[in-house]
Amino acid sequence: MTPPKDYSAEVNSNMRVSQRRVLFVTRRTSPQVKVYDEEKVQTSPEVLIRALLAVECLIIALVLMSLFFNAPLEGVANPTNTPNPAKAPWYFLGLQEILHYFPPVVAGVLIPGLLVTALIIIPYFDINIEADGLFLKNRKRRMMLSMIVAGSFSLFFLFFKVYVALVPTVIMTALVLLAAFSSPLSSSRFRRYLALRPIFWWIMTWFLFELIVLTAVGTFFRGPGWSWVWPWRS
Amino acid sequence: MPGTIETYFDKLERTRVWRSIFRSGRGTSKLHNALAIQQNVFLHLFPTKVRKRMLGLEATWYLGTLTLGTFIVLVVTGILLMLYYHPSVPRAYSDVKDLQFVVSSGLFLRNLHRWSAHAMVFLAFAHMFRVFYRGAYRTPREFNWVVGVVLLLVTLLLSYTGYLLPWDQLAFWAITVGTNISSAVPLIGDKIRFLLLGGHLVNANALLRFYVLHCVILPLTAVLFLAVHFWRIRKDGGLYVRETEPGVTGADKQLSNQEQGSR
Ligand code: HEM
Repeated sequence: MTPPKDYSAEVNSNMRVSQRRVLFVTRRTSPQVKVYDEEKVQTSPEVLIRALLAVECLIIALVLMSLFFNAPLEGVANPTNTPNPAKAPWYFLGLQEILHYFPPVVAGVLIPGLLVTALIIIPYFDINIEADGLFLKNRKRRMMLSMIVAGSFSLFFLFFKVYVALVPTVIMTALVLLAAFSSPLSSSRFRRYLALRPIFWWIMTWFLFELIVLTAVGTFFRGPGWSWVWPWRS
Repeated sequence: MPGTIETYFDKLERTRVWRSIFRSGRGTSKLHNALAIQQNVFLHLFPTKVRKRMLGLEATWYLGTLTLGTFIVLVVTGILLMLYYHPSVPRAYSDVKDLQFVVSSGLFLRNLHRWSAHAMVFLAFAHMFRVFYRGAYRTPREFNWVVGVVLLLVTLLLSYTGYLLPWDQLAFWAITVGTNISSAVPLIGDKIRFLLLGGHLVNANALLRFYVLHCVILPLTAVLFLAVHFWRIRKDGGLYVRETEPGVTGADKQLSNQEQGSR
């Protein structure tokens, strides 16, 4: 027979009746857990002054730019005279570049929709909250999976001849491979860094890389009929 | 006693009217400084105290602050530009030409608005990636990240709707290319395009709609979400700190430990 318990569990919020409290601080949902006393400064004036200074520097830079470079203004809008190429503003040129390879439903609706959805759900993904290096556990399995993913994307880009997106993918794949064969104790700082990068770091960095390359290509390397041009040879 | 600006300001701060507006009162004590934030309808979105190590450049790179800075510049220069601009065809184009060549400092005003707009798009993206790489989007900050995504989209739309307003070739064809994409949406694509343009083509109706979006609807949306964004930073316990909170700890602690060890 088990000995009788000398305690009982109860839920009671009345301080007078039960004075003992057990507080569960769960790992993930605690905005203000004080681990140790952190040195703080007052928002007014310390933070406000710094913010003002930062903004002031920004304004100086913008004013200088506005004094030396004029905003473009072309001839009046003429619906009968299509410029070649007709380009969107720079931040959409990555999308316009994709539009060159895929039908508008895919490049103009599906891909941007998926990207926005992906951005929104990023913080709701609970995988690997510890943010450990991708290959520190289950190395073989994870290597196989990442190579399958990277390989499928590469084949996909190859099939549709999207070489512009293929190049960053191949470079990232090489880095993932290097990470898989690097130890967090490696003597090279770069390899140590790679070995400790978690999965979402790899995904976001791949996205950032593609974004920069596609935008740059759309901005500088595309001419009439969206053909490839070298910006220094015009 | 000769009146210096300081003594006049001193007197002003003592007046009943001043005290009725700024309740925090005079002084530089901790209490006064805290009240200066707490008792101000705009500043009380922010916490009264901030962790000292968040002040340095290395944490946020001040990218959010700078994005806000460009937004303020854009509101001010935008209002000034509105004084000279009619959203009608072909008046819009000649108004912009006048700004370039007739209005004093008009060219500068337009340049400042234009370059600030590009800077804001760039900074909003940079801020997003910075927040991501710090791991500052994790619990309990998920929702503020989502608010941020909305702000990013609003920023892009603000910039894009403004692009049409000069009514030059660049504007017309960029908007034509863009709105043609919206007709690729299955089933309701053409309806969306019609709604955006107020017609089947980019014409005077489209200009008016983009003008209303650019000068009223989108800025108001931005201000609304910005207020939520800043308030949430306070409610989520201030800016994210890497070492003391769960999140990036695993990998980065290991890294920094090794670096200390190897020294
Ligand atoms: C109009 C655009 C935006 C403005 C003006 C803005 C402004 C700010 C400011 C001033 C901060 C304070 C700290 C800092 O400077 O980093 C901040 C923090 C934050 N922002 Fe933004 N933001 C914008 C867009 C975004 C976007 C696009 C995202 C992400 C998708 C985002 C997510 C966050 C998060 C999660 C924090 C909290 C960071 C932390 O706790 O360390 N914001 N924002």
